[in-house]
Amino acid sequence: MGSINNLEEIRKIIDQHRKWDLAFTVAGVLALMIAVVTFIVLFAHMLIDGAPRLSWDFFTSFPSRRPEMAGILSAWVGTTLVMIVTAASAVPLGIGAGVYLEEYASKNLLTEIIEINVTNLAGVPSIIYGLLALGLFVYQLGFGQSILAAGLALALLILPVVIVATREAIRAIPVAIREGAYALGATKWQTVIDHLLPYSSAGILTGIIIGLARAIGETAPVITIGALTFIAFLPPAPIKNEFPFLSFEWLTAPFTVMPIQMFNWVSRPEEAFQFNAAAAGLVLVVMTLAMNGLAIYLRYRMRKTIKW
Amino acid sequence: MQIGQEGKIEAITYKSEVKNLNFYYGAFNALKSINMVLHDKKITALIGPSGCGKSTFLRCFNRMHDLYPGNRYDGEIILYPDDVNILAQNVDPIEVRMRISMVFQKPNPFPKSIYENVAYGLRVRGIKQRAILDERVELALRNAALWDEVKDRQHDLAFNLSGGQQQRLCIARALATEPEILLFDEPTSALDPIATASIEELITDLKNKVTILIVTHNMQQAARVSDYTAYMYLGELIEFGVTDTIFIKPKNKQTEDYITGRFG
Repeated sequence: MGSINNLEEIRKIIDQHRKWDLAFTVAGVLALMIAVVTFIVLFAHMLIDGAPRLSWDFFTSFPSRRPEMAGILSAWVGTTLVMIVTAASAVPLGIGAGVYLEEYASKNLLTEIIEINVTNLAGVPSIIYGLLALGLFVYQLGFGQSILAAGLALALLILPVVIVATREAIRAIPVAIREGAYALGATKWQTVIDHLLPYSSAGILTGIIIGLARAIGETAPVITIGALTFIAFLPPAPIKNEFPFLSFEWLTAPFTVMPIQMFNWVSRPEEAFQFNAAAAGLVLVVMTLAMNGLAIYLRYRMRKTIKW
Repeated sequence: MQIGQEGKIEAITYKSEVKNLNFYYGAFNALKSINMVLHDKKITALIGPSGCGKSTFLRCFNRMHDLYPGNRYDGEIILYPDDVNILAQNVDPIEVRMRISMVFQKPNPFPKSIYENVAYGLRVRGIKQRAILDERVELALRNAALWDEVKDRQHDLAFNLSGGQQQRLCIARALATEPEILLFDEPTSALDPIATASIEELITDLKNKVTILIVTHNMQQAARVSDYTAYMYLGELIEFGVTDTIFIKPKNKQTEDYITGRFG
């Protein structure tokens, strides 16, 4: 008795619960749209303003007082060289620290404090890194207002990202794989170099790329160090005609980077410079998106070949 | 000395002897005063309910517990013929693992090729010459009854093999280094019945080549494959003896209850 009534009641309750599903779906889509639409509008705005300025000359010209002559040659070369220094220092340090924390460090209070510190470092405002670099690299170590100092400053900034990515990628490897290697008589080093690093390389690489994509857009620390806002020459070339063919003079050269070039143009009163800024911004965003795209692709490929 | 099956006198040779072994996870005494022997080139099975310490005991033999902090051994596991206590502080666990191989509960091939999986233990031992590697990889794969299935695709990824093949690959990997003792930690618990049968057959075939210690949840498996059986409960070794005796007329009431399914 009453089973039909009960059924109707149950249906009513389910309908009521379903309403919340619907309500949340609508709210969720709206929240998502705000994020996506904001980016699309910004990007479209930049595209409309900046795209007409994009030409071969724009990439091969130095900045100039005349907006239609100005280009981003020194900026993109500077950004590239700074990124090389950043990657070359942050990658070995970050992977080394990550492997040490995950595999070698004994679990005690000290390691725990270090671990918390590393995680917190990722949240330190970037200008603080700029100040540190100004004091340490520029003055203390005498690197001057150079590509080297800027690269190292940005390396410090992304070091926590690389460390955390390394640790997570290594931690994602099942215990059974690690024990399998040890059970065959491998030492810790052999386990790390033959197994853990190769199997986590895609994850680590993803972290590196995301870190570099963050560093490429950083302005504050680079300004603090003293990057120039107007520079009409390139650093010395890294390759020479005579022996030893490689030159590291560029490391100590003054420089500018893309976001600073943009900042410089935005602060000009002439309207034509605003279009230059938009064009430079476009290039910067495309570079960042391309790097993120590469990271996503690597993660996708890793999931396809290695499934635990 | 004992009388063998054909009435001849056979020397009993021990491969290993466990003397008064205690093991601690921190303060928890997981193994309590275990005394046991491993007969040379025989299969010894460890049975008992979950959490009785079988796997913990097995993992003492290749010093796996050294990988994690807070673990402590007390007592001896003597390896013959050289009379070395493999639990001693001055014995390098890596040396122990080079002499004693292990096959795990779930197949755990490395995400490398079939060939590289088997060759890894040899590479760790510094063998680099291609010809020697080829030869020993083939031998190991043959011994693990996998050669015919994979000989034409040795450079395929090991993950492409079926579960049972993966486990045989892990056995080949463990065999390639010619271990003195082969440890199996519930090697068929993640496999279907057909793969289980092939692994059991393989283990039986390996008996004359290597001393085997196997942990199993499955009592029929212990009865089918092993020569000696040890029944463990709550970290203690309750009864140890010839498998037939343990299964047909166990001396201990607890063992009998477990084997007849009244308990566990």
